[in-house]
Order: sequence, then C-alpha cells, then structure tokens
Amino acid sequence: MSEVLVLVDFVNGAVKKPTFELLTIAKRIGTPSAVFIGAADQVGTVAEAVKAYGAEKVYAIDDTEIKGYLVAPKAEALQQVASGKDVAAILLPSSGENKEIAARLAIKLGSGLITDAVDVDADGTTTQSVFAGGFTATAKVTTGTPIITVKPNSAAPEQSAGAGEVETVAVTISDAAKTAQIVATQPRQATGRPELTEAAIVVSGGRGTGGNFEPVEGLADALGAAVGASRAAVDSGWKPHSFQVGQTGKVVSPQLYVANGISGAIQHRAGMQTSKTIVAVNKDEEAPIFELVDFGVVGDLHTVLPALTAEIQKRKG
Amino acid sequence: MNIVVCVKYVPDATADRRFEADNTVDRVDVDGLLSELDEYAVEQALQIKEKRADEEIKVIALTVGPEKAADAVRKALQMGADEAVHVSDEAIAGSDAIATSLVLAEAVKKANGGSVPELVVCGLASTDAGMSVVPAMLAERLGLPQVTQASVVETQGDQVRIKRDGDTATEVIGGTMPLVLSVTDQSGEARYPSFKGIMAAKKKPLETWSLADLGVDAGQIGLSASWSQVQETAARPPRTAGEIVKDEDGSGATALADFLASKKFI
Ligand SMILES: Cc1cc2nc3c(=O)[nH]c(=O)nc-3n(C[C@H](O)[C@H](O)[C@H](O)COP(=O)(O)OP(=O)(O)OC[C@H]3O[C@@H](n4cnc5c(N)ncnc54)[C@H](O)[C@@H]3O)c2cc1C
Ligand SMILES: Nc1ncnc2c1ncn2[C@@H]1O[C@H](COP(=O)(O)O)[C@@H](O)[C@H]1O
Repeated sequence: MSEVLVLVDFVNGAVKKPTFELLTIAKRIGTPSAVFIGAADQVGTVAEAVKAYGAEKVYAIDDTEIKGYLVAPKAEALQQVASGKDVAAILLPSSGENKEIAARLAIKLGSGLITDAVDVDADGTTTQSVFAGGFTATAKVTTGTPIITVKPNSAAPEQSAGAGEVETVAVTISDAAKTAQIVATQPRQATGRPELTEAAIVVSGGRGTGGNFEPVEGLADALGAAVGASRAAVDSGWKPHSFQVGQTGKVVSPQLYVANGISGAIQHRAGMQTSKTIVAVNKDEEAPIFELVDFGVVGDLHTVLPALTAEIQKRKG
Repeated sequence: MNIVVCVKYVPDATADRRFEADNTVDRVDVDGLLSELDEYAVEQALQIKEKRADEEIKVIALTVGPEKAADAVRKALQMGADEAVHVSDEAIAGSDAIATSLVLAEAVKKANGGSVPELVVCGLASTDAGMSVVPAMLAERLGLPQVTQASVVETQGDQVRIKRDGDTATEVIGGTMPLVLSVTDQSGEARYPSFKGIMAAKKKPLETWSLADLGVDAGQIGLSASWSQVQETAARPPRTAGEIVKDEDGSGATALADFLASKKFI
C-alpha cells in the first residue's frame, strides 16, 4: 500500500492530538508514516507516541539548521521526504503555518492542495465547510500527490499498533529558504485551560461582558472548557488576539459552544457555526446569535453565568 | 521602489453568497467588493510609502478576477494607490489558488517592468475562499521569502520587521526585501477614500491585461486546469430552531443547566 505522510504537530516534544487524528485518517487511505521535523533528542518520545496510533514509519528531520526560518525550509524538507516514494497523500494539521508549508509544497511537487478539510474519505475525497459555515463542499485533488490540511476534531483518534520504525532523513536546505527568520519570541502565558481550537467545549465572551470576563472564565472552568472572545472584546483590549474566534481569529468546532454577550455577526459565526451544540446568553432577544442556538437564555450574563456555574458545581457534587 | 498590493474582488459576505452549477463561486450575479481584509494590505502599503516620503515609491494595486473586479482596484486607487492592474480573461474563471498564484506571479513581475518588485503585500485571507495560501504560493513562485500575518509592520532600508500573534507565541519576524508580506486586520484601520481621493482616482492609470499579455498559457489556468476539483456543494441545512427562555429570578440558569445535563455536558 502507498504511504500517507502525516506532519507531526508538537509542543515541547509532546505530540498534539490533531496528529493522532490525522494518523487515524491516514489509515483509511494507505500506510501511515509520521514526519517529525524537530530536535534529534525528541525523536524517541515522538516515535513512541505516533506508533500507538499506527505510524509504520517515522521520518525524523533534525531541525537544528532550520529552526527559526519559518516555513520555507520545512516545505523543502517535506519535498525531499516525499521524493522517490510512493505517496498516496500528505496530511498536515490545519494551522496558519502548516497551510503555508502546504502551499509552498504544492507548487514544488506540482500537486493540488485542499485546506481546512473536516473529513477525508479513503479515496481522498474531502469535506470542507465554506462561506462562514453556510455551505459544505466535497472536493478532490486531481493532479499530483494530494496535499490536505485537516482541521482539529475532524476524526476521533483510534489507537492501533504500528511498527514506528525511525528513519533519519538528511535534508539539504537552500540558502534562499533561510531568508526570513524569527528575531524574537515571546511565548504566550499558559492559561492552564484547553487550547481553543482543540477544546471539546468553548465558552466565549463579547462586548456584553463589559470587560469583566470573570463570569465567562468561571463557567469555562466549571465545564473544563477553553475561553474565547469576539473581536469586539479583543479590540477593547480585554483579551489578547489569540482568544479571538471568527473569520480573522480561530475557527473552532467544539461539541459545545457557549456565546455570552456576543451578537453573532457573520464574521464571528464564521469561526463557530459548525459547533455541534450552540448555547447563548444575551440580554437582547433579537440578537442574531439566537438564530443559531440549540438553547438560548435571554438575560444578563452577569447574573445568569454565576448562577449557572454554581448550579453545575452543585450537580457535580 | 514599487510596492505591488494584491487585492481580491469577493462576494459581499453580508449578502447572499452562492455557487454556480459547476460548483465555482458565483462572482457575477452577486454583490461584490474589494475584500475587506485586503483593505488592510492597501493601508499598510500606503503607510510604508508615506513613512518613506523621501524615496520614490509607487503603490500598484493588482487584482485577478472577472470584469467587475476592476471595482476592487478602483477602490484601492481611491484610497491612494498610484496605479492599478486588472488581469481579466474568460479562461481564468474557476481557477484554484494554485492557478491564481501563477497568474498573480506573472502579473506582479510585469507590473514591475519584468522583474520581481521589492515588496508584494497581500491580505490575511480572501473572505470567500479564505485559504490563506496565495501569499505563500506567490512567494514560492517568485522565489521570495514570505513574512505573513503581520499585526505590526516596520520597514527600514531593505529590512522588514513584523509582529505576529502566532498560535503559541508572539513573534518578531525579520526579512530582507524583496519579499512577500501579508497583514491582518489588527495592523491598523484602513482609511476611507476621501472625496479628493475619489476624484483623483479617475485620472490614475488602470491597465487591463489578458493571459496572452502575461504570456501565460490559457491551458494551465481555469476550472478544467485546476489541480483540485469541487465535486458537490450544498447549503448547510438550517439549524432547527432552538429553545429560547427568558431569565426570571434565576430560572434561566436552571433551565440551561437542565439542557446541558440532558446533552451530558454536566
Ligand atoms: C474584516 C472583519 C473581520 C472580522 N473578524 C471577526 C472575528 O474574527 N471575530 C469576531 O468575533 N468578529 C469579527 N469581526 C467583527 C464583527 O463584525 C462584530 O463587530 C463583532 O463580532 C461583534 O462582537 P460582539 O458580538 O462581542 O459585540 P456586539 O455586536 O456589540 O454585541 C454585544 C452583544 O452583547 C449583548 N449584551 C450586552 N450586555 C449584555 C449583558 N449584560 N448580558 C448579556 N448580553 C449582553 C448585546 O445584546 C449584544 O448582542 C470582523 C469584522 C470585520 C469587518
Ligand atoms: N484573485 C486575486 N487577485 C488578487 N489578489 C488575490 C487574489 N486571490 C488572492 N489574493 C491575495 O492573496 C491573499 C490570500 O488569499 P487566499 O489564499 O485566497 O485566502 C488575499 O488577501 C489577496 O491579497
């Protein structure tokens, strides 16, 4: 069977859940192989992790030389891994950076590219959600090796033992690929909450919070949820941009999305409309967000949310 | 130096958007406009020109799209761009990002007299397809680095420094011109065209080029030449109307807790 390359997404050597989702999808299409571009001393732990989700091979590329040079070297590395192999598809977890790697790779390989798939079939047919979630589209790459970026939560990760055979790949990176670089990095402070795009539950606040996110955060913690925000809340400086949900922020598709003091503008919908269950608390019964909800409460979030949080804690005992 | 700004003509997101029978985005029978996110690209190009007033800088707005797409570059001219180029050809209809980036790459060079310009500025994403891949593809085709998703842009000489809010960190990224830059809606409000700007725009050069003008083979472009094909599109079934309750004396919280419990979230 042809190989399916999956680019490993990781943070501090720990493989992130979307990688396991992609390995699960890869098994439908062919033989999954993980591609790890990272530190040589982390290969062992990464291989152990991906092997449990069926990776037969782990291509390891030492990133010492290319770290800090953004996406161009990674596209060159992936091209070199893919060359000379019988590759059925290349899958990357959807993120800003990975989409750019995929874009450069597509031109290099002469391959079609599909971004932000929410599902991929055995024959490579993808499902996407388009026009702010208003439409779904199925598509297929027709030229070259299909390159597909897949959104988090697109498949339930299934464990299965793979061989996890590590193969170190020496790549040559052109000087031209090393011309844009990271000059300074300020890691974001850990919130201790799940990551927005991967969370099963997201609780968001908008302009209606008036800048007081305590009720929103209290509810999020009671539900074990991630915290999100509308652009109005971000523009007011109440939350950093990394919290923003919507067209120009994160696109989330959790099991449950709770919108508080958010009107439901099209640009906000674009980031949350495909959530499985949607709940809103808003004091204006005419707010467009109520058109989307499975359950809505017309009321003041400053009283409803603390009461709800207390109720949840009581029921949990 | 020339700054080429790539701007896309897109269906209005707040109006009705739909697909044609061949599953391409309907761009003809719907209201369209300069993509809001590309206004920020025009704004940053203009700000760079203004901050470097002692240099001779020309801002050239470029769009690839149907006849009406000329409106997109016209708006850029009204905002203050110096020149505009509209690449329009029947053969372009239905192009995917890969084909679009090929046309853009050739047009970018032609607009700069045949060579790669110092700076190409793009928006974060088009508001219709929204792939955020064209800037990287353009960079690849032009053999340039890309510094993307900038929330702050600074240039000095041939150096470009941007700030970006990445997934796990805030980063400062540096590059040397020539390069491709993309900017977000955090980069600074885009200006409205002034009355003077609107009048001045009428006299600015707006060229229309075909694929033949660019020396691009029409067989490489368009729906049938795209490297991926959309097979089906369907409007998402409307969500079934949910239950909406009014909060009275705490009843809202209890009702909501009951709902969440019924869905096994608590
Ligand atoms: C190019 C572009 C990109 C954009 N991208 C995004 C994006 O990515 N994400 C995004 O969110 N927006 C985005 N927007 C902005 C979007 O159009 C809206 O302006 C924004 O989503 C509004 O945020 P909001 O709902 O918090 O504020 P508002 O629209 O002001 O709504 C506040 C709501 O809170 C309710 N409320 C007030 N007080 C209370 C209370 N005490 N209790 C309960 N409810 C209360 C009000 O009834 C109202 O419905 C974008 C806009 C543009 C032009
Ligand atoms: N047809 C087009 N004409 C001009 N610029 C475009 C076109 N398509 C995409 N772009 C540019 O590329 C950016 C990203 O587009 P996309 O990859 O489609 O999300 C846009 O913000 C524009 O700056």
